[in-house]
Amino acid sequence: MKSFRGFVLKEFLHIFRDRRTAAILFGMPMLQLLLFGYAIRNEISEVKLGICDLSHDQATRAITSKLLSSGTFSAKRNLRSPEEIGPAFASGEMNEAVVFEPGFAARLQRDGFCDLQVITDGSDPNVSRIITGYTASVIQDYLGEQYAPFSAPGVVPVPVMLFNPALRSVYLFVPGLMALILMLVSALMTSISITREKEIGTMEVLLVSSLRPTEIILGKVAPYMLLAFINVLTVLALAFMVFGVPCRGSLPLLILESLLFILTALSLGIFISTITASQQAAMMISLGGLLLPTILLSGFIFPVASMPLPLQVFSNIIPAKWYLIIVRAIMLKGADFSYLWQETLVLVLMTVLLMAASIRKFSERLQ
Amino acid sequence: MRRSITIILVILRKEFLQIFRNRGMLPIIFIMPFIQLLILSNAATFDVKNVPFHLQDFDRSSLSAKLAEQFTGSGYFRLTGESFGSTQAIGELVGRRADLVLVIPKDFERDLEVSGSAPVQLVINAEDGFSAGVIQGYTSQIIADFNREHRALFSAAGAGRVFPEIRIKSSAWYNPELEYSHYMVPGILVILVTMVGLFLSGMNVVREKEVGTIDQINVTPVRSTEFIAGKILPFWIIGLGELSLGLFIARFVFHVPMQGSYLLVYLVASIYLLVVLGMGLLISTVTETQQQAMFIAWFFMVIFTLLSGLFTSIESMPHWARNMTMFNPVRHFVDIMRRVMLKGSGLAEISRPLLILCAYAVAMLSLAVNRYRKVSA
Amino acid sequence: MADAVIHTENLTRKFGAFTAVDAISFSIGRGEIFGFLGANGAGKTTAMKMLTGLLRPTSGSASVAGFDVRSEPEKIKQNIGYMSQRFSLYEDLSPKENIRFWGGIYGLDRKTLREKSARLLEALDLQEAADTRLSSLPLGWKQKLAFSVAQLHEPKIVFLDEPTGGVDPVTRRRFWDMIYETADNGITVFVTTHYMDEAEYCDRISIMVDGRMAAIGTPDALKDEFGVSSIDDLFIRLVRPTPIE
Repeated sequence: MKSFRGFVLKEFLHIFRDRRTAAILFGMPMLQLLLFGYAIRNEISEVKLGICDLSHDQATRAITSKLLSSGTFSAKRNLRSPEEIGPAFASGEMNEAVVFEPGFAARLQRDGFCDLQVITDGSDPNVSRIITGYTASVIQDYLGEQYAPFSAPGVVPVPVMLFNPALRSVYLFVPGLMALILMLVSALMTSISITREKEIGTMEVLLVSSLRPTEIILGKVAPYMLLAFINVLTVLALAFMVFGVPCRGSLPLLILESLLFILTALSLGIFISTITASQQAAMMISLGGLLLPTILLSGFIFPVASMPLPLQVFSNIIPAKWYLIIVRAIMLKGADFSYLWQETLVLVLMTVLLMAASIRKFSERLQ
Repeated sequence: MRRSITIILVILRKEFLQIFRNRGMLPIIFIMPFIQLLILSNAATFDVKNVPFHLQDFDRSSLSAKLAEQFTGSGYFRLTGESFGSTQAIGELVGRRADLVLVIPKDFERDLEVSGSAPVQLVINAEDGFSAGVIQGYTSQIIADFNREHRALFSAAGAGRVFPEIRIKSSAWYNPELEYSHYMVPGILVILVTMVGLFLSGMNVVREKEVGTIDQINVTPVRSTEFIAGKILPFWIIGLGELSLGLFIARFVFHVPMQGSYLLVYLVASIYLLVVLGMGLLISTVTETQQQAMFIAWFFMVIFTLLSGLFTSIESMPHWARNMTMFNPVRHFVDIMRRVMLKGSGLAEISRPLLILCAYAVAMLSLAVNRYRKVSA
Repeated sequence: MADAVIHTENLTRKFGAFTAVDAISFSIGRGEIFGFLGANGAGKTTAMKMLTGLLRPTSGSASVAGFDVRSEPEKIKQNIGYMSQRFSLYEDLSPKENIRFWGGIYGLDRKTLREKSARLLEALDLQEAADTRLSSLPLGWKQKLAFSVAQLHEPKIVFLDEPTGGVDPVTRRRFWDMIYETADNGITVFVTTHYMDEAEYCDRISIMVDGRMAAIGTPDALKDEFGVSSIDDLFIRLVRPTPIE
C-alpha cells in the first residue's frame, strides 16, 4: 500500500512538473470549446439567391421581395435566362435559383395554379434540402396572406418547440463538443503515458517492483483523473457562463456523470496503451481512431436515428454517444437519474470491461 | 545536384525501410483509414426519418383518427404510444421515446365543421434545433395535405372556393438524389490523408531526436534541404497512394461521380501534401519530445477538422471564424475535392483556393528547412 | 604543433550566465589518440559539439581538419566521423542497411559502398548477422559497427563520445584494438571516457574541471607532474582538490 502511494505521487509529480505539458492539457480543452462553441453552427443564413424572372409581374415581385426579406436569403442575383444558372453554381457564387415561368401571375389568376422552379446546388445535400424547404414555406406564407380571407384555414398547427425554443444550435453543439474534447484529451493522455514508459524502458522497472498490475494501472489513471476532472469543471463553467447553455437538471448529477465518462475515456486510453508498443501507434489510435468516429457516430452533429441500421448498432460502442445523451438530457430536458440509469449503466460496464481487459493484458506481460 | 538526388534517395530508402518494418504501425497507416472511410461515410446524414411520435387524441372522433392516420401513413413518423395526461407527454420526450407529441384537443371535429378551423398542438423535442425544424416541416406538409383532402368537410364558407396553388418543382443539380455520401466521401478522405501525413511527419524528426540519431545526422555534410526533402518524399508518396486507394473506394463502393479530372485532383493533392508534411516536419523540428509533438499535431488536427466545413457548412459560421478558415488547408482541399468531383470545376474555378495552398506550401517548407538547424546558435 | 589537425584558442561557450567551456586552448596532431576526460557537466560534450560543428562557440576560435568551426562547419563535417554517447545507429535497420544509409549520406557511390560494406562486415565478423535488425544484436557489436560506420567516408578525425559505456571489459579491450588500428592509419582519434584505465591507453589526455582545462599531457608526464601513481588518483585530485574526511 505504501509503495502504491509513492507510485501515485510519482505520477502526479511527473505530470505537474512538466509545466508546458500541464498547461497544454488544461488550456487546450478550454480554447477548443471556446473556438468551436462560437464557430460551429448549422443554422443557415445568407443563402446566395438567384432570381430568373421571366414574367415580371406583381406576383413575382412580391414573392421575390418576400424571399429576400425572410432573413435567410442574402444576395440577389438577376439571371436573364436559365442558362446562366450553371456557371453561377460552378463558381460558387449562388446556392439557389428561383425561376418564374412567363405569365406567372396571370396563370395563377386564370387556372388557379402555376409552376415555380426551385433549383439548388445539390453538391451539399443538406443545405440544398433546407433551402428548398425554406423557399417552399415562404411561398406558402405568400399564398396564405393573399388568399386566406377567402378560405377556411382548416387544421392549424401550433408548434411548441420544447427544451430549445429558439432552436439555437449552440445548445446542441456545446454538449457535443464537451463529449468530444473530454474523450479525446482523456484518452490521449493515458494512452501515451504507458507507452512512453515502455519506450524509455522504465516500464520494466515498474513490472519487477512489488506493485501489482492493478495498482500500476490505477496509479497511472489517478493523476489524469484529477486533470480530467478539472477539465470537466472548466468546460462546464464555459458552457454555462459563456454559451448560456442551461442546466435544467441536477448539477451534481451532471458532474458525477461527467466523472464517469472521463473514467471511461481514461480506461480506453489505458487499454490502447496496453495493446500498442510505441507512442506513435498509441497516438495514431487515440486520435486517428477516435476523432472521426466520435464526431460522426456520437450524435454530436448527425442524428444517430437517421443512420443506416448497422451503423446505429455500431454507434453503441462509442462511449461519447451515451455521454451525449446523458448530458443533453440533464442540461436541456432536466432529466433525473430515473431516465438515465440505462445509459449510465452502459458507461459503467464499458469502464469495467476496459479496465479488466487492460489489467489482464498487463498481467500477461508479467508471466 | 546529382549528389543531392542521391542523398535524398538514400534517406527515402531508409524511411521506407523503417516504415514497413514497423509492424505495429502498418495496419494503422494503411488499413485503419479505409475502414473508417467505408464505415463512417454512411454515418454523416442529416436526413430525419422514422421520427418516434406520441399521440394524445382528446377528441377521439373520426376526423381526429384520420389526422393521426395521415401522420403514421406519411412514412416520416412512427407511432410509439398514446396517452391522455399532459405530464406524460413531457415524460415521453425526456425519456427519448418520442420526438414529437401530437395533441388533438377536444371538440376538434366539431370546431372544424362549424368554424372551418381547429388548432392542433405539436410538441417537438428541439434539443437538436435543426432536426426540430425538419420535423416541423414534415408536420406542416402533412397538415396541408390533410386540409386539402378534407376541405369540403370543413365549413360552408370555404366550400366551393378554389385555393390557388403554386406548384414548386424543385431540383438539385450535381447530386439530384441528394446522396450524402457523395458529399461526405471526398471530405472524409481528405481528413484521413491529412491525419496520416501530419502524424507520420510530425513524429519523425523528433523521434530521431529522442533516439539520438539526429546528432549523428547533424555531423554529416547533409544539407537541410536534402534532409527535409528526403523526409517529405516518402510520406508524400504514401499520401498520394492512400488518396488513390480512397478515390478507388469512392468510385466503386460509394459511386461518387468524378465530374472533373483526376489529373487536377492529383495536382492539387501533390501541393496539399507538401503543406501538411511541411507543417508536420515543422512541428517535429521545433519540439523536443514525441509527446509535445503529438499534442501540437493533435491540437491542429482537431481544429482543422472541425473548422473545415466538412460537417457543418462554412457559411453558417460567424464572419471571424469564416475568415479564420482561410488559414485552414484542410478547408481548401475539401472544398476543391468537392468542387472538382461533384461539379466538374476546372483549374480556373479553383484557382483561388489552389493559390492559397501554394502559398501555404512555400511558407511551410521554407519554415521547416529554416527551423531545422544543424548548428545550434 | 605544426601538423595539428585540431587547434583551439580560448574556445569558449556560454549558456546565459553559465560558462560551460571556459577559454580552452590545445592542439592535437595527426594520428594521435587524444583522451578527453572530465566529470559529468565539466563541459566535455559542449566542447566536442563545438569541434564537430553542432554548436557555435561564443568566443575564441578553433580549426578542425584545417577548417574554421565558425565559418566552415560543413567542410569540417566532410572530414570527421562521429560516434555519440547514445548509441546512434538505427536499431530497426540491419547492419547492412545502416552501412548503406550512412555511406550514402556521405555521398559514397554504390560500388565503393558495396565493397566497403563487404569488407567491413567481414572484419567485424558480422556476415551472418548482416541482415538482422540491430536491436537484436549485443551492445558490443553495435558499438564496433558504429565505430566502423563513422569511418566509412575515410575522415581525418574520429570523435568518440563515451564509446564504451555499458560494455564488458573484454569487449572494451577489443574496441581499443580497433582504435589503435585507426590511429595507425593516420586518423586522429578524439575520445571522451569515464574509464580511467582507458585514459592510460591514450597518447595524450586532458582533464576538464568546471569548463577549464586543468591538465594536459601524456599520461606518464601528468602522473609525474602531479606526483600520483595512476590517472585515477590524478582525476580525483583535480576534480576534488580538498579531500573529504
